[in-house]
Amino acid sequence: MRLHEYQAKEVFAAAGIPTPDSQLAGTVEAAVEAAESIGYPVAIKAQVHVGGRGKAGGIKLADSKAEAREAADAILGMDLKGYRVERVLVEEAVDFVDELYVGVTMDRGRGRPVAMVSTRGGVNIEDVAAEEPDAIAREHVDPAFGMHPFQARKAVYEAGVDRDVAGEVASILRTLYQLWDERDGSDVEINPLMVTSAESGDGERGVIAADAVFNVDEDALFRQPELAEMEEEAGSGDELEAKADEYGFDYVRLSGNVGIIGNGAGLVMTTLDLVDYYGGEPANFLDVGGGAKAQRIANALDMVFSDDNVDSVVFNIFGGITRGDEVASGINQALEEFDEIPKEVVVRLAGTNAEEGMEILNEELVTVEYTLEDAVKRAVEYAQEVQAQ
Amino acid sequence: MSVLVDEDTRVVVQGITGGEGRFHTEQMLEYGTNVVAGAVPGKGGQEVAGVPVYDTVQGAVREEDADASVVFVPPAFAADAAFEALDADGLDLVVTITEGIPTQDMSRVYRKLEETDTHLVGPNCPGIITPGEAKLGILPGNIFASGNVGVVSRSGTLTYQVVDNLTQRGIGQTTAIGIGGDPIIGTDFIDALELFEADPETHAVVMCGEIGGEDEEEAARYIGEHMDTPVAGFIAGRTAPPGKRMGHAGAIVSGSGTGTAESKITALENNGVPVGDTPEAVADHIEDLL
Repeated sequence: MRLHEYQAKEVFAAAGIPTPDSQLAGTVEAAVEAAESIGYPVAIKAQVHVGGRGKAGGIKLADSKAEAREAADAILGMDLKGYRVERVLVEEAVDFVDELYVGVTMDRGRGRPVAMVSTRGGVNIEDVAAEEPDAIAREHVDPAFGMHPFQARKAVYEAGVDRDVAGEVASILRTLYQLWDERDGSDVEINPLMVTSAESGDGERGVIAADAVFNVDEDALFRQPELAEMEEEAGSGDELEAKADEYGFDYVRLSGNVGIIGNGAGLVMTTLDLVDYYGGEPANFLDVGGGAKAQRIANALDMVFSDDNVDSVVFNIFGGITRGDEVASGINQALEEFDEIPKEVVVRLAGTNAEEGMEILNEELVTVEYTLEDAVKRAVEYAQEVQAQ
Repeated sequence: MSVLVDEDTRVVVQGITGGEGRFHTEQMLEYGTNVVAGAVPGKGGQEVAGVPVYDTVQGAVREEDADASVVFVPPAFAADAAFEALDADGLDLVVTITEGIPTQDMSRVYRKLEETDTHLVGPNCPGIITPGEAKLGILPGNIFASGNVGVVSRSGTLTYQVVDNLTQRGIGQTTAIGIGGDPIIGTDFIDALELFEADPETHAVVMCGEIGGEDEEEAARYIGEHMDTPVAGFIAGRTAPPGKRMGHAGAIVSGSGTGTAESKITALENNGVPVGDTPEAVADHIEDLL
């Protein structure tokens, strides 16, 4: 789960990390008002979960009321890589001389957290990691002890951060680790952490978090009620993904036209891959999970039928805990509700009670196939027929 | 021969009084697994499916000589259950079925694990089965058959699919290990491959990986450098877009493109491991390798 920039900044600011003066706005008028009260220049930033917002036109600078109005008007309501911009953050534009990176993430290979500092801030840190790995200082943290103060200092000095701001950056890194730890962060980062000019301060340089990333471990939301509330407030931005949350499905929307329903992440991914392998394009990933009963099956069909892109559906269930006969009656019940079934449905059942399930399936409503490969091929054919019409 | 579990394994089920724990204890017993105890705080003295329940794992070990545990405890308490199992004297194996354990909890469990000799399998896994002898977990016993192919996989139902393809052709399994779909897991591919390499009855191994992380790449190098037993592979998630979690918490291609199926397939093929385009093709490869 990813917080919006404005939410992440609220969390950072409450923990004492310096952030620029800013206000959230949902209308052009509110954005202009915010700019007037903050003072120019301001940055107007789209609040959507999209990487590379700046390049895509989602961040604009404004030096006057007229420019602020123009920028807010251009950004609010725009489509940014498939997401509609509903809100902008109007923020004091910081006069900076340098851009740093600080972050904390889980190194899954080593099973422990790693804190990172780099003087190559302001660009995608994964690109820096790929091109210039030595430009990032890394410090692994033993979860039994937490981050020792020396580790923060070491990372900052090893990264080559200027001495006059090193102490402040180390302190921010410790705060960041603490937030990561207490709030069940997965990736937490400030990029860029701007070094401000001496003229803009009191003759001394300082640092300020110009952007903020706070990704939370979804599996820990049960013990992070405040962050769970922020997630609800933020919304996912995609109607179908919101519906999937409601039904409690693992669902990812893709751009193809063959709808996919299955059980178990690996098998559903494999079904997607096979659709592609046999010349089709997967429309979605939908995992109904283990032990799915009739209502859940009906909900899954509703999900996939709600996607206008879908031309055919393949149902692939391998029963362990999930029973084939229950899946089959769930499919029958759901499809009997329709006067006319909106898309061709191909079903393949295997494992526990699969044979009983195949007997139950109403072949007037669905096409039954006996192997995974045949089921996928059939669904791809149906989708191609629809496209040819 | 087999790895990790056999007919002599004495199992304690943590969370045996819960719905899942109870159901799967019955299933495990029916399969012939030697379930000797349950452990649930506050429920000591009860019985589930004829199995005595203890308040602590240590009690189950002391009274019933349990040497392996299966954890069916809800996510919020599962890390504590794993710590309890790792703390008990005498458990060689802890199988954590639970899905949805916070990653930071697992990081601490992993830290503890580094100090012990105990094998922890999972979390978020279907468990382990040695066909005809014992199963620890939720795998459907009827699709497995005894034989000489080892199976290791990050995914439950995908394992069933691949095993079913093998069994249908008359190819049985020594042991199948579901290592789990989380970002931090105990036993990883290399650990499992080491066990299979050392098992004289295992003549070939199927390794089913998926997108996310770099375990498959590391396993591929291990196979190239250290294994004589042939391995065939399968990788799920070729069509997964970057930045999206595909069901499993660990199945995610990073924004910069690490953890892709392509990288894993290339690494395996470069180390002499044939990778099937379909589950059926994996069975073809195994047939060729045997």
